[in-house]
Amino acid sequence: MLRRLRDPWPDHRAELTLGAVSLLLAVLVVAMLVFVAVHAWPTFQHNGLSWLGGGGNLETQIANMQTTGQHAPASAYKLSAWPFIYGTLLSTAVAVVLGLAVAVLSSIFIVELAPSRLRRIAIPVIRVLASVPSVIYGLIGVLVLVPFVGNHLITGGEKSSVQNVVELTGAGLLVTVAILTVMITPIMVALICEAFVSVPNSWREGAIALGVNPVRAMLAVTVRAARPAIVAAVVLATARALGEAIMISMVSGSRSFVPKPVDGLIFFFEPLRTLASAIVDYHEGVGAPALSSTLYALALLLLFSAFALSIAGYLIKLPLRRFQVRG
Amino acid sequence: MNALAPSRSQLEQPRHTGRGKRSSPMSWRWGDRLALAFAWIAGVGLCVIAAAIVIYMGVRGIQYLRPNLLASRPAVGTSQSETGGFLDPLLGTALLTLIGIMLAIPLAVASALWVSEYGRPSWVARVVESSIEIVAGTPDIVIALFGLAIFQLHLFAPFSFTASGGGVFGRSFIAAGSMMSLIALPPLFTATRDGLQAVPAHMREAAYALGKTRIATIRRVLLPSVRSNIATGVTLGVSRIIGDTAIVVLLLGESLRLESEGSVPVIGLLRGTGSTLTSYVYDNSPAGEGAAPQKAYAAAFVLLAFVLALNLIVDRIGRSQADATGLTAAGAIV
Repeated sequence: MLRRLRDPWPDHRAELTLGAVSLLLAVLVVAMLVFVAVHAWPTFQHNGLSWLGGGGNLETQIANMQTTGQHAPASAYKLSAWPFIYGTLLSTAVAVVLGLAVAVLSSIFIVELAPSRLRRIAIPVIRVLASVPSVIYGLIGVLVLVPFVGNHLITGGEKSSVQNVVELTGAGLLVTVAILTVMITPIMVALICEAFVSVPNSWREGAIALGVNPVRAMLAVTVRAARPAIVAAVVLATARALGEAIMISMVSGSRSFVPKPVDGLIFFFEPLRTLASAIVDYHEGVGAPALSSTLYALALLLLFSAFALSIAGYLIKLPLRRFQVRG
Repeated sequence: MNALAPSRSQLEQPRHTGRGKRSSPMSWRWGDRLALAFAWIAGVGLCVIAAAIVIYMGVRGIQYLRPNLLASRPAVGTSQSETGGFLDPLLGTALLTLIGIMLAIPLAVASALWVSEYGRPSWVARVVESSIEIVAGTPDIVIALFGLAIFQLHLFAPFSFTASGGGVFGRSFIAAGSMMSLIALPPLFTATRDGLQAVPAHMREAAYALGKTRIATIRRVLLPSVRSNIATGVTLGVSRIIGDTAIVVLLLGESLRLESEGSVPVIGLLRGTGSTLTSYVYDNSPAGEGAAPQKAYAAAFVLLAFVLALNLIVDRIGRSQADATGLTAAGAIV
């Protein structure tokens, strides 16, 4: 039998072996979905759709889960996850919108406006920004930006005005969104620059020949032609922002609070918690069944939003297909 | 001379002044001038932020990194001089990266080969490519929870520590390493598949014309020619593994030192718990137990140095590939 393995393999056997290994990956993905859903089921069984709603103090609900331990009564599963969902939506949406604007403008700068020496420096520098680990972003955030915001941007009056509700330490929405934007912009810049470069030069030169200035020619011709790539970049960046757990857990203030825009300027300094950072913060409690089921439910929500995101990206690109650059 | 024919002086090319005369921004509309200003600010601003991050980490690292930190083991202590260095986290990072990449390479290369060389029936190939895209888009915290769910099954009890009450701990180097291979898989798969698709068809056809089977051409012709693509993919995967914190925090047990589980030498280490540079930085920052920002800065400096070095290696490989083979990335002969 060893001789059969040592001889050159026939194509048929090699194809089946390699195909089996490839299918293993598909099986793993299905297994991931199944395992997470099975572990999350008790939470949805006890809560139903009201799990996604608000009301109720999140901190006491989770403390309740941690104290009831191994044999949790049905009431221990109660949770209203809206503060997490709201925190995720808020931080991701603001970061992606800001990041998109900065990314498109930077790409215009790199492709069109930068002198060639600056362009040669800018491309590797932005690639460095994309590869910095998130824990280092979190470290700089928590050791530099949070004290700066807490001591210099938040006034004493603002702190005392809310001290009965929440403590403003500087860790909150502003620092979270700022660092999240810096994290996702390089991803978008890389994709958008590639798309800009692949738009035929003659299109833009035609606009310039008609007397349009270079910046407006870029905006009106190249950016419009690169719309499918911009959509792809936004999808990728949103997926990254949704899944960012460690950095947000370090700089967002670790209080399950719902920042309210009606609070005025204080809105930017209020702490928040996202789905992913909640999983990291409470991961030690995975021994208690109620808390474990809740964490898996949060993960299931993240998985669904990642799926929904790729489907949404595909659907948005569908009508843009006729503008696709050919060759 | 014919009056309609252009004279010699008119046929001479105008002297090139860079890209030719551009309209001065002073004559543009306000909106376009604002866009120009913002584009410059955005571009230069990103570069400044990147430089600031690297320089700040460099300054802090040089300030706090002592060579003895790299060589001494961490310990529990009350003051900075007692808590030791981060040798164990360094070893943990190395071990975890090794396990992850050793598991990822066969999976990724085999799948890439199958998808690009065989790939029948085609719906199966699409399913495989979609699942790799799904893995690439999944947050690493969800992959970590999945790993916890799997390795806490009784089926996988030998891979980690089992408590006396029968509960499987589920956290060990094997558990974290397997999930890390999922993290490294997508870049490796994409790099290998793109490299295989860039190999010109005439190389395969020459091998078939000489009577080679498909698997023989893969082994003798295709794999050697995509060596540098695989190297690029491996380096990208390694840099993703090194920078990942969420999987380590959930799946490695967060013990300060490398704790072996059981007495068998290597298997005990793999079944045991430990920490890596990333979880060390996280624990020492104010977000973890955190009283040691100096150690956190030193470890973060080492981490950033590794990641930047890996980036440089990817650049080098890309450049040497274009030079050595005479083929550009698109497969055309230079």
